[in-house]
Amino acid sequence: MNPAATEPLIRLSGITKTYGQGDVAYQALRGIDLDVEAGDFVAIMGPSGSGKSTAMNILGCLDIPSSGEYLFRGIHVERLDRNQRALLRRYSLGFVFQGYNLLARTSALENVELPLLYRGETEAARHDAARAAMARVGLTGWETHTPAELSGGQQQRVAIARAIVTKPDVLLADEPTGNLDSKRGHEIMELLVELNRDQGITILMVTHEADMAEYARRIVHFADGLVSSDEIRNGVKA
Amino acid sequence: MTSVLLSAFLLALREIRRNLMRSFLTVLGIVIGVAAVVTMVTLGNGATQAVSDQISSLGSNLLTVRPGQRLGPGRDSAGAPAFKKADVDALRSQVSGLDEVVPVAGASVTVVAGNNNWSTSVSGTTNSYLKAGNWKIASGRKFLDDEERAGKAVCILGATVRRELFGTRNPLGDEIRVKSFACQVVGLLAAKGQGAMGMDQDDTVLMPLATVQRRLIGNQDVSSLMVSLRDGADTQAAMQQIRSLLRERRKLAENEADNFNVMDTKQIAETLSGTIRTMTGLLGAVAAVSLLVGGIGIMNIMLVSVTERTREIGIRLAIGALEHEVLLQFLIEAVVLSACGGLIGIILALFACIGLSALLNMPFIFNASINLLAFLFSAIIGVLFGYMPARRAAQLDPIQALRYE
Ligand SMILES: Nc1ncnc2c1ncn2[C@@H]1O[C@H](COP(=O)(O)OP(=O)(O)OP(=O)(O)O)[C@@H](O)[C@H]1O
Ligand SMILES: [Mg+2]
Repeated sequence: MNPAATEPLIRLSGITKTYGQGDVAYQALRGIDLDVEAGDFVAIMGPSGSGKSTAMNILGCLDIPSSGEYLFRGIHVERLDRNQRALLRRYSLGFVFQGYNLLARTSALENVELPLLYRGETEAARHDAARAAMARVGLTGWETHTPAELSGGQQQRVAIARAIVTKPDVLLADEPTGNLDSKRGHEIMELLVELNRDQGITILMVTHEADMAEYARRIVHFADGLVSSDEIRNGVKA
Repeated sequence: MTSVLLSAFLLALREIRRNLMRSFLTVLGIVIGVAAVVTMVTLGNGATQAVSDQISSLGSNLLTVRPGQRLGPGRDSAGAPAFKKADVDALRSQVSGLDEVVPVAGASVTVVAGNNNWSTSVSGTTNSYLKAGNWKIASGRKFLDDEERAGKAVCILGATVRRELFGTRNPLGDEIRVKSFACQVVGLLAAKGQGAMGMDQDDTVLMPLATVQRRLIGNQDVSSLMVSLRDGADTQAAMQQIRSLLRERRKLAENEADNFNVMDTKQIAETLSGTIRTMTGLLGAVAAVSLLVGGIGIMNIMLVSVTERTREIGIRLAIGALEHEVLLQFLIEAVVLSACGGLIGIILALFACIGLSALLNMPFIFNASINLLAFLFSAIIGVLFGYMPARRAAQLDPIQALRYE
């Protein structure tokens, strides 16, 4: 039997994450079990400090869990070495950071191109794809601006463009609308819905705002480093 | 593989351009260090070479014998009697291994020709002075036998005196006035340049010994002796023989100190060149310190930017760069900056050395090994401090690198 047919795209089982050691040790994740099917659109909610970003970092292969298993397409991610995880990030994942993490003194366009550079794409292909991605987040005309010359919301959209420019299998977005006004926020959510629907990109998104979460097909609540509720919604708001 | 290298190279160049100030300061640190070391050492080598050129211009195995105890400060020649012509003959006949024994009677005088006058030193001597002192006649002739014997008023001019008195005019056959008598110019010495102790060797007038004794100093004194040795003669043995003969002739008792001294000119010059070599070493050390300071400057700049660089590396890793790709980029960046700095430093040093050598009248000697050494040192510093923080950062988990502060 083909395991890929029965296993979900992502399976977290018993994931814990402890920061620090000894007296100052703090367990941010205390045993997360979560399955995500390919093509799903999941919103993660929960109070501040409940471990949402910690979980996203582990899902994005940016950090390693203290214990538990993380299967991505049946592959044990926690057993991969640094380079294998980097390649997983390069070819399968797109990540939008809560704090944007753009390269300073580097134009928006170059920031968006960066993931393509490491994929070895030609300059022309990089340019076209980066411009298209910037257009999708409504930043046409801002290509040459550096992060310091952009507003928080614009930087956030550059970060989103950088995450989607590679057309990843999974898009992990940590509060992608946190710095946007509600009109821009809804535009971004509509973009995510479109990517999910038309390109089949699996989306996991952290948000504080209930009306943003309503775009998702499924809402997972975190509390104190554990999944407290997992609600599958019927229709996608559109 | 080549495309990986090329793209890392382009990426590195872009980073250099993006961080112009940081790049500039890094390069500057290396430029200063390399330029300082190379300049100092090259100039020092030139100075040493200049001295050894002068040593060879002194002629081989020349001893100078003077009344008084020793050369240098506090020298006591007041009570010491001068030599006589008889001393010269005695040395000639009784000491083995000598080639020439040249008597010199010196006087400081003002010489006059037309409206020009010039203070110089006159040496009364014989033709053998030329051979012993490695002098060449540029034009004219030596003294004639009867001129030497009779003490005729003839002279041979050094290049400086000739220039000061006659300019570019040919003075052969003209007369110069020395004190109360007129003296005919019969020959001109070829220029020798600066002496080992910085004095102008060409600032001299030669006359027959008898002429100086009779007309200038008014006695039969010989103020110093130049003794040249035969090739292969033992300098130490000759000096010892000269010493004991002169002690005997000057009737010095067993417990009395010498009231004359015998110097090996070459030895003095060699001592001097040894001193210059020491100075060169010292300058080199000072320059090495500046190289070190430049290196510390680079280190500083790199460490200050470590936070930013660590975050940048975190971002690159997070979006899928491999550790070795990031490192290659940073390595190339460091190598390019260091190499540029090193090359600019070497070129600057080259210009400085050529200019300063000309100014200080020293030969310019290109020393490949010091250039290479300075270059390698700067490159190592640049690469070490540019690359090491990057290496540490690239070994972090992306999320740790992103959180670094
Ligand atoms: N590097 C770290 N070292 C120590 N503790 C950490 C670290 N990162 C996070 N934590 C702690 O882990 C807990 C969970 O943090 P996390 O960032 O996952 O919260 P979050 O749910 O994303 O909160 P927010 O909604 O404010 O972004 C917090 O209490 C935080 O203080
Ligand atoms: Mg968070």
